[in-house]
Amino acid sequence: MNTQGKVFKYPDNVDTDVIIPARYLNTPDAKELAQHCMEDIDKNFVKEVKDGDVIVAGWNFGCGSSREHAPLVIKTCGTGCVIAKSFARIFYRNAINIGLPILECVEAAEEIQVGDEVKVDFDTGKISNLTSGKEYMAQPFPPFIQNIIKAGGLLASLKGESKNE
Amino acid sequence: MGMTMTQKILAAHAGLDKVVPGQLINASLDIVLGNDITTPVAVNEFKKAGFTEVFDKDRIAIVLDHFVPNKDIKAAEQSKTCREFACSHCVSHFYDVGKMGIEHALLPEQGVVTAGDCIIGADSHTCTYGALGAFATGVGSTDMAAGMATGMAWFKVPAAIKFNLTGKLPSNCSGKDVILTIIGMIGVDGALYKSMEFSGEGVSSLSIDDRLCICNMAIEAGAKNGIFPVDEKTKEYMEGRCERTPVIYEADEDAEYEKTIDIDLCSILPTVACPHLPENTKPAKELSHIKIDQVVIGSCTNGRMEDMEAAYKILNGKKVADGIRVIIIPATMQIMRECIERGYVTAFMDAGAVVSTPTCGPCLGGYMGILAAGEKCVATTNRNFVGRMGHVESEVYLASPYTAAASALTGYITEYKEA
Repeated sequence: MNTQGKVFKYPDNVDTDVIIPARYLNTPDAKELAQHCMEDIDKNFVKEVKDGDVIVAGWNFGCGSSREHAPLVIKTCGTGCVIAKSFARIFYRNAINIGLPILECVEAAEEIQVGDEVKVDFDTGKISNLTSGKEYMAQPFPPFIQNIIKAGGLLASLKGESKNE
Repeated sequence: MGMTMTQKILAAHAGLDKVVPGQLINASLDIVLGNDITTPVAVNEFKKAGFTEVFDKDRIAIVLDHFVPNKDIKAAEQSKTCREFACSHCVSHFYDVGKMGIEHALLPEQGVVTAGDCIIGADSHTCTYGALGAFATGVGSTDMAAGMATGMAWFKVPAAIKFNLTGKLPSNCSGKDVILTIIGMIGVDGALYKSMEFSGEGVSSLSIDDRLCICNMAIEAGAKNGIFPVDEKTKEYMEGRCERTPVIYEADEDAEYEKTIDIDLCSILPTVACPHLPENTKPAKELSHIKIDQVVIGSCTNGRMEDMEAAYKILNGKKVADGIRVIIIPATMQIMRECIERGYVTAFMDAGAVVSTPTCGPCLGGYMGILAAGEKCVATTNRNFVGRMGHVESEVYLASPYTAAASALTGYITEYKEA
């Protein structure tokens, strides 16, 4: 599995309230919610993002609320992957559970610039910056989490387990 | 090497004698919680995955609190989804309008959560219940759905930071000032993925409401959970209240902590977190030039009885400053009733404040006190992110009920000083 696209870059501590403001959370409809993704810090994100594009951010991406709507709107917008220096723990868990690919890589998050063309291979964790020609290796997921991702999310993996019993 | 309190609770719920930080475990759950925003997503996932039964109707709590009484048609639809799911599965801890309260004030009050529990909630402030000596952590809706179906959740066993508390708080400070001071010290990711374990002789001087407030904001330091040891005060609080027997865990003498941070409660100052991160803390007295438009006293952080008492102590017989909107939200129906019976509601209204039925409302910018561009609010809530309480150019200053009420009287951020 991989993704390739243009980079949107954000700072440290991007919180779930700016990823999807709570004022819109009176609906669970992902497509409707996705129209407001990142709007409080970047009004152009939704207009410009294309399938496969990559969000690159600093430390503690997705801090704050446990709302699963946050990774869900990022995924629904077409974003192929989020690369950050670190993720807030509930966001990390939610992203895996719903199948939004995320990678932790301090060096890549530091060096990749807005608008760069980036290719990410999720199986190996290799991040290739096609604009600068530089390559990075992200931390691989532990096998337990890789199994959830391979199954297509937490509930799909649970169903798989119960079939095996 | 021994285990921390959190590690012991997780080991017991995973059926293991010992766990170590970083270990991935599957643990049984005592309570699975959701609210009116996160439950509809969980219900959808539950159905989509083909589950038809919940693991235990008595171990699921669904609390309608964020947008109720329903703020609009869409919110009403979300409440309806929760209601129908709760009814069809006979969920015994379903709290609708009339019975509801803000989830993290309600569940301890009603004795639904207890010491030794392993709890997940699809709300980040689920970490509140650590105040009673439980392991409790926030998760997303898919984890809630899986928890409702199987009664299990996977966890990575967290490493721990120990906060060694000594002394006693000054009379114009509360648990809020303690946790804001700590977040200011370690930062919003200072405890990322870790447990914050509070201990030391200073614990006994903190009320249960203070401890609930402190654990509530552990997530604001990035923590997986916050936890207090069970002492006489906890036992007294749980006695006759908790529906299940508390199980008391203690950290081993040789438990391993990544670091220990000493906190002298005597040295805590009334503290305010400035926009737009909970770590941007300053002593309240250094912010007396900040003119405000609104004060909110309530939320899962500070809507409990002691918070109402603090507000009453300061507002009774006084008038709020001209041009300041003061919104007071008791966190549960029981607290609201007590505020009425004690005459607090009349005193708040006489002072020029409004009193709402329980709701998360303005804390997350839902309704009941949204800010316009350029407006500033002192709030006893837990987050001051960009746009959290309304317009992206509005500002939230997080503070204790003492500081919030004192600021309501002057119209500026004000440190409370006892007369």
